[in-house]
Amino acid sequence: MTLKPVVNDPQGLAVTQGLHALGYPEVRGTRVGKHIQLTLVAQDRQSAESRVEEMCRRLLCNGVIEDFHFQLSETGA
Amino acid sequence: MTWRCGIAVFPGTWSERDCAHWVELAGGDPVMLWHAEPELKGADVVILPGGFAHGDYLRTGAIARFAPLMAAVREHALAGGPVLGICNGFQILCEAQLLPGALLRNSCLQFRCQTTHLRVEVSRGPFLSGLEAGEVLQMPISHGEGRYYAPPEQLRELEAGGQVALRYCGPSGDLGDQHNPNGSLRHIAGVMNAEGNVLGMMPHPERACEPLLGSEDGLQLLRAALAVLAPR
Repeated sequence: MTLKPVVNDPQGLAVTQGLHALGYPEVRGTRVGKHIQLTLVAQDRQSAESRVEEMCRRLLCNGVIEDFHFQLSETGA
Repeated sequence: MTWRCGIAVFPGTWSERDCAHWVELAGGDPVMLWHAEPELKGADVVILPGGFAHGDYLRTGAIARFAPLMAAVREHALAGGPVLGICNGFQILCEAQLLPGALLRNSCLQFRCQTTHLRVEVSRGPFLSGLEAGEVLQMPISHGEGRYYAPPEQLRELEAGGQVALRYCGPSGDLGDQHNPNGSLRHIAGVMNAEGNVLGMMPHPERACEPLLGSEDGLQLLRAALAVLAPR
């Protein structure tokens, strides 16, 4: 989950300043987001994808301010 | 006529007793509404107080909106019943999509607990029609995530539709970044739905209800609201 590009991210600005202070002047911008790990059971990849997408839209992400993307990987468990 | 004011209580709500005191001072009858119970106990007005419902996990208000009580609040709101969200209550109403927009981390990255001045922008709806547009109120804020945001086109609609209810301002009603404590777009401190019966505000009217607290403007707001409610 990351804030949409149009939404001001003061946390990111503060992190950029910190990195500059530590000697990384090449940093031009920082966006602070959120990482969520889900473990789920699904018949196949496609159904997992559509379920996770729905979860993002309905709860995990607030579409007014945030964008999301996700990756699936099999745990085999 | 004594109006019954339901006060929502979620795990982590911290202003419900202040709200009950405020309601009593305004001549209302407070009743606590537990989040797990899907009923309003005959409340004429519903108040969602401040705090950190469900620990603000995921996002402020994101979990609270699924509480059984919120289904009843939604029904009440959609039927035109007055609903007031204060601070965390405002955040919950936005997450529940009963109000437009979202509330983000303060641009200063600090939790701000201070006195603010608010300019009443519109004199409409059950909560503000007893006040005059342009009137300046004084109330405290106490939040870390109160920066109001709505997409540009929606912001334009809110302004045009008279949904911007309150703005942070100076003591004489002047607007400016120096009076904006959290970086809210267009200095917005409170918004209402299109119909005007649902109001959300970050400042705490219940903490401005006695001379001892430095202001009685919050009491004025609730008294005005209770006075304009149509008698049953």
